[in-house]
Amino acid sequence: MYNLTPYSALSGGIIIGFSVVLYFYTTGRLAGISGIFANALTSKTNRTSNLLFLLGLVIGPLGYFFVSSEPVKFEITNSYILIIIAGFLVGLGTHMGGGCTSGHGICGISRFSFRSIVATITFILTGVITIFILQQFGIYL
Amino acid sequence: MSEKLFSLLSGIIFGVGLVISGMTNPEKVIGFLSITHNWDASLIFVMGGAILVFAPFFYLMKNKDTSSLGFKINLPQMKGLDKKVLIGSSLFGVGWGLVGLCPGPAVSSIALFEPITLIFLSAMFVGILISKYV
Repeated sequence: MYNLTPYSALSGGIIIGFSVVLYFYTTGRLAGISGIFANALTSKTNRTSNLLFLLGLVIGPLGYFFVSSEPVKFEITNSYILIIIAGFLVGLGTHMGGGCTSGHGICGISRFSFRSIVATITFILTGVITIFILQQFGIYL
Repeated sequence: MSEKLFSLLSGIIFGVGLVISGMTNPEKVIGFLSITHNWDASLIFVMGGAILVFAPFFYLMKNKDTSSLGFKINLPQMKGLDKKVLIGSSLFGVGWGLVGLCPGPAVSSIALFEPITLIFLSAMFVGILISKYV
Protein backbone atom coordinates (compact mmCIF):
# COMPACT_ATOMS: atom_id res chain seq x y z
CA MET A 1 0.00 0.00 0.00
CA TYR A 2 2.62 2.53 -1.04
CA ASN A 3 -0.10 4.92 -2.21
CA LEU A 4 -1.63 5.34 1.24
CA THR A 5 -1.80 8.95 2.47
CA PRO A 6 -3.32 8.50 5.94
CA TYR A 7 -2.55 11.94 7.41
CA SER A 8 -3.90 14.09 4.60
CA ALA A 9 -6.86 11.71 4.23
CA LEU A 10 -7.73 11.89 7.93
CA SER A 11 -7.28 15.68 8.16
CA GLY A 12 -9.38 16.19 5.03
CA GLY A 13 -12.02 13.85 6.46
CA ILE A 14 -12.13 15.75 9.75
CA ILE A 15 -12.58 19.04 7.86
CA ILE A 16 -15.43 17.48 5.85
CA GLY A 17 -16.91 16.33 9.17
CA PHE A 18 -16.88 19.92 10.49
CA SER A 19 -18.63 21.10 7.34
CA VAL A 20 -21.37 18.47 7.83
CA VAL A 21 -21.72 19.56 11.49
CA LEU A 22 -21.96 23.27 10.59
CA TYR A 23 -24.52 22.63 7.83
CA PHE A 24 -26.67 20.41 10.05
CA TYR A 25 -26.37 22.71 13.09
CA THR A 26 -27.45 25.80 11.16
CA THR A 27 -29.85 24.57 8.46
CA GLY A 28 -31.09 21.33 10.04
CA ARG A 29 -30.33 19.46 6.82
CA LEU A 30 -27.86 16.67 6.08
CA ALA A 31 -25.00 17.51 3.71
CA GLY A 32 -25.61 14.86 1.07
CA ILE A 33 -24.08 16.23 -2.12
CA SER A 34 -26.08 14.13 -4.59
CA GLY A 35 -29.28 15.41 -2.99
CA ILE A 36 -28.09 19.01 -2.88
CA PHE A 37 -27.05 18.77 -6.56
CA ALA A 38 -30.34 17.19 -7.66
CA ASN A 39 -32.46 19.63 -5.63
CA ALA A 40 -30.51 22.67 -6.81
CA LEU A 41 -31.34 21.74 -10.41
CA THR A 42 -34.82 20.25 -10.13
CA SER A 43 -36.55 21.72 -7.07
CA LYS A 44 -37.50 25.26 -6.03
CA THR A 45 -37.20 24.42 -2.31
CA ASN A 46 -34.02 25.93 -0.84
CA ARG A 47 -32.72 26.43 -4.36
CA THR A 48 -30.49 29.41 -3.51
CA SER A 49 -28.98 27.66 -0.48
CA ASN A 50 -28.32 24.50 -2.49
CA LEU A 51 -26.69 26.47 -5.30
CA LEU A 52 -24.58 28.37 -2.77
CA PHE A 53 -23.40 25.12 -1.20
CA LEU A 54 -22.35 23.87 -4.65
CA LEU A 55 -20.65 27.20 -5.34
CA GLY A 56 -18.75 26.75 -2.07
CA LEU A 57 -17.63 23.30 -3.21
CA VAL A 58 -15.89 25.04 -6.11
CA ILE A 59 -14.70 28.19 -4.28
CA GLY A 60 -13.13 26.16 -1.43
CA PRO A 61 -10.69 24.25 -3.64
CA LEU A 62 -10.02 27.40 -5.74
CA GLY A 63 -9.00 29.28 -2.59
CA TYR A 64 -6.94 26.35 -1.43
CA PHE A 65 -5.05 26.19 -4.73
CA PHE A 66 -4.43 29.92 -4.44
CA VAL A 67 -2.70 29.68 -1.07
CA SER A 68 -1.17 26.22 -1.36
CA SER A 69 2.06 25.62 -3.21
CA GLU A 70 1.40 21.93 -3.64
CA PRO A 71 0.57 20.78 -7.17
CA VAL A 72 -2.93 19.43 -7.56
CA LYS A 73 -3.27 16.00 -9.03
CA PHE A 74 -6.23 15.14 -11.19
CA GLU A 75 -5.82 11.88 -13.03
CA ILE A 76 -8.88 10.64 -14.89
CA THR A 77 -9.62 8.43 -17.88
CA ASN A 78 -9.63 10.19 -21.23
CA SER A 79 -12.46 8.04 -22.55
CA TYR A 80 -15.52 10.23 -23.12
CA ILE A 81 -17.75 7.17 -23.45
CA LEU A 82 -16.67 5.97 -20.00
CA ILE A 83 -17.21 9.46 -18.52
CA ILE A 84 -20.73 9.74 -19.98
CA ILE A 85 -21.81 6.26 -18.86
CA ALA A 86 -20.29 6.81 -15.40
CA GLY A 87 -21.91 10.22 -14.92
CA PHE A 88 -25.27 8.85 -16.02
CA LEU A 89 -25.06 5.89 -13.62
CA VAL A 90 -23.93 8.12 -10.73
CA GLY A 91 -26.88 10.48 -11.29
CA LEU A 92 -29.44 7.72 -11.75
CA GLY A 93 -28.06 5.54 -8.95
CA THR A 94 -27.66 8.20 -6.28
CA HIS A 95 -31.09 9.67 -6.97
CA MET A 96 -32.74 6.25 -6.90
CA GLY A 97 -30.79 5.13 -3.84
CA GLY A 98 -31.27 8.43 -2.03
CA GLY A 99 -27.63 9.26 -1.42
CA CYS A 100 -23.97 9.02 -2.31
CA THR A 101 -20.64 8.84 -0.49
CA SER A 102 -21.55 11.86 1.65
CA GLY A 103 -25.27 11.30 2.25
CA HIS A 104 -25.16 7.57 2.92
CA GLY A 105 -21.45 7.11 3.63
CA ILE A 106 -20.76 9.99 6.02
CA CYS A 107 -24.13 11.29 7.25
CA GLY A 108 -25.94 7.94 7.23
CA ILE A 109 -23.26 5.93 8.99
CA SER A 110 -22.88 8.72 11.58
CA ARG A 111 -26.60 8.37 12.32
CA PHE A 112 -26.27 4.57 12.52
CA SER A 113 -28.89 4.30 9.77
CA PHE A 114 -29.20 0.65 8.71
CA ARG A 115 -30.40 1.70 5.26
CA SER A 116 -27.32 3.89 4.72
CA ILE A 117 -24.88 1.31 6.06
CA VAL A 118 -26.24 -1.28 3.60
CA ALA A 119 -26.24 1.33 0.79
CA THR A 120 -22.58 2.18 1.49
CA ILE A 121 -21.50 -1.47 1.56
CA THR A 122 -23.46 -2.00 -1.69
CA PHE A 123 -21.87 0.84 -3.69
CA ILE A 124 -18.37 0.03 -2.45
CA LEU A 125 -18.94 -3.61 -3.41
CA THR A 126 -20.20 -2.87 -6.94
CA GLY A 127 -17.38 -0.30 -7.32
CA VAL A 128 -14.82 -2.94 -6.38
CA ILE A 129 -16.35 -5.44 -8.80
CA THR A 130 -16.36 -2.80 -11.59
CA ILE A 131 -12.66 -2.03 -11.07
CA PHE A 132 -11.86 -5.74 -10.94
CA ILE A 133 -13.59 -6.35 -14.27
CA LEU A 134 -11.94 -3.28 -15.90
CA GLN A 135 -8.55 -4.54 -14.71
CA GLN A 136 -9.14 -7.83 -16.50
CA PHE A 137 -9.23 -5.74 -19.69
CA GLY A 138 -6.01 -3.96 -18.73
CA ILE A 139 -7.67 -0.73 -17.54
CA TYR A 140 -6.60 0.87 -14.21
CA LEU A 141 -3.70 -1.49 -13.59
CA MET B 1 -30.07 35.31 4.93
CA SER B 2 -27.68 33.69 7.38
CA GLU B 3 -28.96 30.28 6.33
CA LYS B 4 -27.69 31.01 2.82
CA LEU B 5 -24.40 32.30 4.18
CA PHE B 6 -23.90 29.13 6.23
CA SER B 7 -24.77 26.97 3.21
CA LEU B 8 -22.04 28.72 1.24
CA LEU B 9 -19.59 28.44 4.15
CA SER B 10 -20.36 24.73 4.64
CA GLY B 11 -19.77 24.14 0.93
CA ILE B 12 -16.43 25.98 1.06
CA ILE B 13 -15.24 23.96 4.08
CA PHE B 14 -16.45 20.71 2.48
CA GLY B 15 -14.58 21.55 -0.74
CA VAL B 16 -11.34 22.36 1.12
CA GLY B 17 -11.65 19.08 3.03
CA LEU B 18 -12.14 17.18 -0.23
CA VAL B 19 -9.00 18.64 -1.80
CA ILE B 20 -6.86 18.11 1.31
CA SER B 21 -8.12 14.52 1.59
CA GLY B 22 -6.96 13.86 -1.97
CA MET B 23 -10.40 12.58 -2.99
CA THR B 24 -10.78 15.15 -5.78
CA ASN B 25 -8.26 13.01 -7.65
CA PRO B 26 -10.17 10.12 -9.29
CA GLU B 27 -6.98 8.04 -9.19
CA LYS B 28 -7.18 7.92 -5.36
CA VAL B 29 -10.74 6.59 -5.51
CA ILE B 30 -9.81 4.00 -8.12
CA GLY B 31 -6.94 2.98 -5.82
CA PHE B 32 -9.39 2.42 -2.97
CA LEU B 33 -11.70 0.27 -5.08
CA SER B 34 -8.78 -1.69 -6.51
CA ILE B 35 -8.44 -4.14 -3.63
CA THR B 36 -6.52 -6.79 -5.56
CA HIS B 37 -3.94 -4.46 -7.09
CA ASN B 38 -2.01 -1.69 -5.24
CA TRP B 39 -4.84 -1.08 -2.78
CA ASP B 40 -4.97 2.47 -1.38
CA ALA B 41 -7.00 2.58 1.85
CA SER B 42 -6.94 6.40 2.15
CA LEU B 43 -10.69 6.75 1.52
CA ILE B 44 -11.40 4.86 4.76
CA PHE B 45 -9.47 7.56 6.66
CA VAL B 46 -11.49 10.29 4.93
CA MET B 47 -14.87 8.73 5.74
CA GLY B 48 -13.65 7.71 9.18
CA GLY B 49 -12.45 11.23 10.00
CA ALA B 50 -15.75 12.79 8.92
CA ILE B 51 -17.82 10.20 10.82
CA LEU B 52 -15.64 10.67 13.92
CA VAL B 53 -16.64 14.35 13.94
CA PHE B 54 -20.30 14.14 12.90
CA ALA B 55 -21.46 11.01 14.77
CA PRO B 56 -21.00 12.38 18.34
CA PHE B 57 -22.43 15.73 17.27
CA PHE B 58 -25.49 14.10 15.74
CA TYR B 59 -25.97 12.07 18.92
CA LEU B 60 -26.00 15.28 20.97
CA MET B 61 -28.53 16.94 18.65
CA LYS B 62 -30.67 13.84 18.27
CA ASN B 63 -33.60 15.01 20.33
CA LYS B 64 -33.75 18.54 18.94
CA ASP B 65 -36.58 19.53 16.60
CA THR B 66 -35.05 22.69 15.21
CA SER B 67 -31.61 23.86 14.12
CA SER B 68 -29.76 26.78 15.72
CA LEU B 69 -31.30 29.10 13.12
CA GLY B 70 -34.79 27.77 13.87
CA PHE B 71 -35.22 25.44 10.88
CA LYS B 72 -36.98 22.13 11.25
CA ILE B 73 -34.49 19.25 11.54
CA ASN B 74 -34.87 17.39 8.27
CA LEU B 75 -33.98 13.69 8.37
CA PRO B 76 -34.67 10.99 5.77
CA GLN B 77 -38.00 9.32 6.43
CA MET B 78 -37.07 6.16 4.57
CA LYS B 79 -35.98 3.36 6.86
CA GLY B 80 -35.20 -0.28 6.28
CA LEU B 81 -34.35 -1.69 2.88
CA ASP B 82 -36.15 -1.78 -0.44
CA LYS B 83 -35.38 -2.45 -4.08
CA LYS B 84 -34.80 1.24 -4.79
CA VAL B 85 -31.92 1.73 -2.36
CA LEU B 86 -30.29 -1.58 -3.31
CA ILE B 87 -30.53 -1.16 -7.10
CA GLY B 88 -29.75 2.58 -6.93
CA SER B 89 -26.66 2.11 -4.76
CA SER B 90 -25.48 -0.77 -6.97
CA LEU B 91 -25.73 1.41 -10.09
CA PHE B 92 -24.02 4.30 -8.32
CA GLY B 93 -21.13 1.99 -7.34
CA VAL B 94 -20.65 0.89 -10.96
CA GLY B 95 -20.55 4.52 -12.17
CA TRP B 96 -18.24 5.48 -9.30
CA GLY B 97 -15.87 2.64 -10.17
CA LEU B 98 -15.84 3.38 -13.91
CA VAL B 99 -14.02 6.72 -13.56
CA GLY B 100 -13.52 7.34 -9.83
CA LEU B 101 -15.85 10.32 -9.47
CA CYS B 102 -18.76 10.74 -7.04
CA PRO B 103 -20.96 13.86 -6.86
CA GLY B 104 -18.87 15.92 -4.37
CA PRO B 105 -15.48 15.62 -6.09
CA ALA B 106 -17.21 15.96 -9.49
CA VAL B 107 -18.54 19.41 -8.52
CA SER B 108 -15.29 20.45 -6.80
CA SER B 109 -13.20 19.51 -9.82
CA ILE B 110 -14.80 22.41 -11.72
CA ALA B 111 -12.20 24.43 -9.80
CA LEU B 112 -9.51 22.53 -11.73
CA PHE B 113 -10.89 23.77 -15.07
CA GLU B 114 -11.13 20.22 -16.35
CA PRO B 115 -13.78 20.33 -19.11
CA ILE B 116 -14.21 16.57 -18.87
CA THR B 117 -15.95 16.94 -15.49
CA LEU B 118 -18.60 19.17 -17.07
CA ILE B 119 -19.48 16.27 -19.35
CA PHE B 120 -19.66 14.02 -16.29
CA LEU B 121 -21.93 16.50 -14.46
CA SER B 122 -24.21 16.86 -17.50
CA ALA B 123 -24.54 13.08 -17.79
CA MET B 124 -25.23 12.98 -14.04
CA PHE B 125 -28.05 15.49 -14.50
CA VAL B 126 -29.58 13.36 -17.26
CA GLY B 127 -29.38 10.34 -14.93
CA ILE B 128 -31.19 12.29 -12.20
CA LEU B 129 -33.97 13.32 -14.60
CA ILE B 130 -34.41 9.76 -15.85
CA SER B 131 -34.50 8.33 -12.31
CA LYS B 132 -37.87 10.04 -11.89
CA TYR B 133 -39.34 7.65 -14.44
CA VAL B 134 -37.79 4.49 -12.98
